[in-house]
Amino acid sequence: MNSRVERDKPPLMPPDLDLTSISDRLVNIVVKNKTPRSWFVATAFFVFLTLVYLFSISWVFKTGVGLFGLNIPVAWEFPIASTIWWIGIAHAGTLISGVLLLTRQNWRPAIARFAEAMAMFAIIFAGAYPLIHLGRPWFFYWLMPYPNTQGLWPNWKSPLIWDFFAITSYMLYTACFLYLDLLPDFATMRDRAKHRISRIFYGIMALGWRNSARHWARFDRANVILAAISAPIVVSVTGTISLDLAVTIVPGYHFTIFPAYFVAGALYSGFATVILIAVPFRSMFGLQDLITPRHIDYIAKIMLGFVLIVDYSYMCEIWTAFYSGAPYYYGVYWNRWFGFYAPVYWTTYFLNIVVPQLMWFKRVRRSIPVMFVIAMIADLGMWLERYFIVVTSTNRDYMPSAWLPKLPTGWDFAVLLGSIGGFCLLLFIFIRVVPLISMHDMRKLITRKKGDVETSQ
Amino acid sequence: MSERGRYGLIAAFDSAEALVEATRRAHAKGYRRMDAYSPMPIEGLGELVGCGEHEKGRVSWFALAGGVFGGCCAYALQYTSTTLGWYFLSGGKPANSWPDFIIVTFEMTVLFATFGAVFGMLWLNGFPKLYHPVFNVERFARASSDEFFLCIEERDEKFDIEKTRAFLEQFKPLEIVEVAK
Repeated sequence: MNSRVERDKPPLMPPDLDLTSISDRLVNIVVKNKTPRSWFVATAFFVFLTLVYLFSISWVFKTGVGLFGLNIPVAWEFPIASTIWWIGIAHAGTLISGVLLLTRQNWRPAIARFAEAMAMFAIIFAGAYPLIHLGRPWFFYWLMPYPNTQGLWPNWKSPLIWDFFAITSYMLYTACFLYLDLLPDFATMRDRAKHRISRIFYGIMALGWRNSARHWARFDRANVILAAISAPIVVSVTGTISLDLAVTIVPGYHFTIFPAYFVAGALYSGFATVILIAVPFRSMFGLQDLITPRHIDYIAKIMLGFVLIVDYSYMCEIWTAFYSGAPYYYGVYWNRWFGFYAPVYWTTYFLNIVVPQLMWFKRVRRSIPVMFVIAMIADLGMWLERYFIVVTSTNRDYMPSAWLPKLPTGWDFAVLLGSIGGFCLLLFIFIRVVPLISMHDMRKLITRKKGDVETSQ
Repeated sequence: MSERGRYGLIAAFDSAEALVEATRRAHAKGYRRMDAYSPMPIEGLGELVGCGEHEKGRVSWFALAGGVFGGCCAYALQYTSTTLGWYFLSGGKPANSWPDFIIVTFEMTVLFATFGAVFGMLWLNGFPKLYHPVFNVERFARASSDEFFLCIEERDEKFDIEKTRAFLEQFKPLEIVEVAK
């Protein structure tokens, strides 16, 4: 019995880890250890992709959105599909830092920090996409309500305005949560930094945090409040974005199931991205004993749960389409199955329905290389899903005279790859400035563990 | 001791248990002007140094006030701009079509509740406050990684340099230091 427990549950952290060693290890990654060469290689590559991003969006701003493969009736393609995809990735970070905090999951502390950073940077690129897609991004402030000489106000009944408010509040919320979590760690960095300039930087960022019991009491309360807010935020932001589609009367968009379906897909791809980030970082900085296969196993279980909801939604949608009795709805599905975009559709189904079933097996969940591949497939599958929803629905609407399939252009791919590069670059810079695992959470976990041992003896 | 005077006496401990024990005994002995420092939150320690449920509740009240403020302002903005301001007829809906206003109202409620909790916490903690006397203690840098400190301040009524030092000695601290102001 005992040996079985040990085999099933290898420790989430090394048993000899204590307060001194955890702080030393995590601080030294930033201030003392030599930066691994792999970091420089990867960062150089991401700088290149970021330059591609900046160049291509500048060119799009100069020339216009006609560079993208979109035209009426396909007015939305890569930019909107990618917005939904990026914001979905952000959601897992929020869920990890919030809901797992409330449920006191002891595997949370090791992955929460970079999951939150992932959320922050994913929102930036999610938010940038609609602005690029506006065509005249310098007028983006027209989305905001402000008193103007024409006495005009935004159309509050439009999902695009809801979207603007949802993404903006989500971005500010995530920034607050990330900063709150960083505050005590900035204090540790301040106390341990070697150079005067970095001491001043961390000192200002720490705002004078001195680990007083009073600070902690209020900090804990604020943290719990933000964690409690995180669950409705996660549900509301992608839910609101899905309303952009669901509120229209375009066949293939107009499904009431969309909010729940989009949120499940968002969390599926987001948890996959957590794996994609955790795996290289643990090797790069020697954190194999802190981010263990058991952590990956737990993430995989959550992924499996959400992908099953996604699969259920696919079936539900097909059923609704045929049950509705509306020929336009049959048309959408007929077109998805056998039309121009059928390869995208069937690939998505294969990637999102068949491949994730591998995660039923513990051996797969505990195998880091296999999970890394599955996570990439999950992100790809979710991106294709967003793409086929956005494109297959609009390319054939009610007017056959307007039917026109559109293919993406090189600019579409340049912006998408560039945004991925920019996201990775921000993440790579972030982990060189702050510890990539939350030190105060780890210390709390260590003391809680020690307490458990003492009371059980 | 510097010419600015003394802030108090600080004792360093190597475990959370020792800190909790010392703080509890100090509280029982009648010390009130004191503060405990630990690298991570310890349940119940706040109450002993005068930051109990009531004080934590103030953070919650800030969050609630923020949420109510954000929600009311968002709804009021949408209501007034469509009824008194520019009425955009969309989908044949009335000017005050409240179901359409819920999302923006909701988002602003959670956003301002967040601001309330975070900025309320920072404000109640007195941040930013880059200087504090305890930072003068060399060893105190370890409070943010692996050591625990109890500081009894001079302005406490019961503070007496000799007696307080003797009191702290009995918990076998790693070190006792006088803190300059």
